[in-house]
Amino acid sequence: MATMTMAKALNAALADAMLDDERVVVFGEDVGQLGGVFRITDGLQARFGDKRCFDTPLAEAGIVGFAVGLAMSGLRPVVEMQFDAFAYPAFEQIASHVAKLRNRTRGALSVPIVIRVPYAGGIGGVEHHCDSSEAYYAHTPGLKVVTPATVEDAYSLLREAIEDPDPVVFMEPKKLYFSSAEAELPARTAPFGTAVVRRAGTDATLVAYGPAVPVALEAAEAAREEGWDLEVVDVRSIVPFDDATVTASVRRTGRCVVIQEAQGFAGVGAEIAARVQERCFHALHAPVLRVAGLDIPYPAPMLEHTHLPSVDRVLDTVARLQWDDQPDSRWVAA
Amino acid sequence: MTTTPQAVRRASPRTRRKATPAAPDPSAGLLPQAEPVRLLNPDGTPLPAREDYPEPPVEALREMYRRMVVGRRFDVQATALTKQGRLAVYPSSRGQEACQVGGVLALRDTDWVFPTYRESMALTARGIDPVEVLTLLRGDWHCGYDAAARHTAPQCTPLATQCVHAAGLAYGESYQGRDTVALAFIGDGATSEGDFHEGVNFAAVFKAPVVYFVQNNKYAISVPLSRQTAAPSLAYKGVGYGVPSDQVDGNDPVAVLAVLTRAVEHARSGKGPFLVEAHTYRMEPHTNADDQTRYRDAEEVEAWRDRDPIARLEAYLRDRGVLDDAAVAVIADEAEAYAAALRDRMNAQPAVEPLSLFDHVYAEPTPQLVEQREQVRAELAAAREEEGDA
Repeated sequence: MATMTMAKALNAALADAMLDDERVVVFGEDVGQLGGVFRITDGLQARFGDKRCFDTPLAEAGIVGFAVGLAMSGLRPVVEMQFDAFAYPAFEQIASHVAKLRNRTRGALSVPIVIRVPYAGGIGGVEHHCDSSEAYYAHTPGLKVVTPATVEDAYSLLREAIEDPDPVVFMEPKKLYFSSAEAELPARTAPFGTAVVRRAGTDATLVAYGPAVPVALEAAEAAREEGWDLEVVDVRSIVPFDDATVTASVRRTGRCVVIQEAQGFAGVGAEIAARVQERCFHALHAPVLRVAGLDIPYPAPMLEHTHLPSVDRVLDTVARLQWDDQPDSRWVAA
Repeated sequence: MTTTPQAVRRASPRTRRKATPAAPDPSAGLLPQAEPVRLLNPDGTPLPAREDYPEPPVEALREMYRRMVVGRRFDVQATALTKQGRLAVYPSSRGQEACQVGGVLALRDTDWVFPTYRESMALTARGIDPVEVLTLLRGDWHCGYDAAARHTAPQCTPLATQCVHAAGLAYGESYQGRDTVALAFIGDGATSEGDFHEGVNFAAVFKAPVVYFVQNNKYAISVPLSRQTAAPSLAYKGVGYGVPSDQVDGNDPVAVLAVLTRAVEHARSGKGPFLVEAHTYRMEPHTNADDQTRYRDAEEVEAWRDRDPIARLEAYLRDRGVLDDAAVAVIADEAEAYAAALRDRMNAQPAVEPLSLFDHVYAEPTPQLVEQREQVRAELAAAREEEGDA
């Protein structure tokens, strides 16, 4: 066991994948000599050469489209989108080709590529550097979408993403890059399609993913003082989604709050809340509630703390889970 | 390489006095020739032979003629099938036969083609089953042919996006030690799309063996070329990326095959991409759903009939003594038989399987898709039961 950052675990996952499979190539903007603006590809070019890890022209649609062609030739491209909002020029390639090529060709062609997207805020980034863009990808059939919240998961999910026969959008929570934990690599944690209970509890379930998981865990600790024993489920794999684990947890606790950093309207949290409500209606003692970012463009750094789901906001929401069996006063007609 | 006005520009007298050698023109060899390459006059009489673009072997030209005749008959048949409701839509490439056939004839079977929706004729000329080519437009699936086995990407509808795939595929092939060339078809309008520029640029930076083949048929649905570009011609779009480029009379089959052959050789020899613009004309509307009287005159279309590529090649091959009335009749019969077989096969209603909707979304269906598949299976079973009761 060694203490390491999520950034280091991601770097190790890339290196180990390149070592194990010579078809794996890593490319994008500044990923070569510089090692990426977050240093996730640090040292890969020196170790594997500039044919395996290389810089490209500064053009995101080009990067993803180039990866499609490389995958058609039999390679396993792993590309980096430098920041969440800079991936938007690639969206047509992702939605129209990456996601659909297997289906359009009845499986004759597939696109086993990994698109790494550093995402979300909490890092004091200026505009266009902090978007939570996971819902766009999760809404696109044909893509898998995963996001780690722990150091070992970062390694394991990235290794699995590279091995997966389907395209994977790998969402990396920027604010967790330099969080560290004890980890033993090469770690293999739970596979895609599996949510994990990070903290067992009996009174309510907090469902979270990516950057919201530490917030949920902190809130669960703080809730003990209020007398609530909260369970925390880390979704990890947005697509495919693990209905079974989430549903089992909510059936046990009877109450559920879904937490996401992204703006709430039409977000992944809305989908999760709907699925829980459909599957757990008779086990629920209160409506499924959400804590999400505000429905605003990502704010300037000095205002982002108001936007981001906070422990207090989570606890306020937990408090509204009808513990006294009375309806939420906000939504009762006067 | 071609000689450009810039390349022959003389150094000024003052420069000569200082005796410093004039810097070589960095655009030499990249710019297209001022006029499209032409080897036949519109009436099929030959122009003087050229060193830069040697005439293809006459057997290749005869085969090109055969495929053009069959291709046009296919195109006419597909248009008729649309009117009969057998196809949802059909974008014709009539008038562009030299480009459609030349584009694939210049390639090996192991090379890759990246076609657009207008390349149905190119695909049949490549030997792909016409029913499989028309699957997309009939609507029983998307891509009907085996894209991997035929080394032919699915026909691309999101404009110009295939230009980047071609760069990636070609680079990936050479990276793995294969001498594959990729040829990307693209139209004049799509050269305005960003992915065209990103594709050409990536191919150039990575020296990927790609031929970008622009069929400038003068209209993007209704919008004329003058609204797409202020460049002297689309072949001038290569120079900014360091890509050698040339333009060709797209209705001169001999010139089209000669230019594409050299472009493919250039790519295969490791020199990187090459861009070709063919000046041609779409004789039919954009699709059957288009009303071309709103944007072009009948006289304009009529004028292009005099530049018909099939008549032009036929006249030349007759003159060369490799085609006569009997041979022309044999090929015409072959084309008729091809169209008749296509008509018969397209008149059969294709079987579709609703449960196949869940195949090939992922390598393995997600739990959510397994659930939805069960729901659809139950709906279908209930519908069958109701039909049985009725």
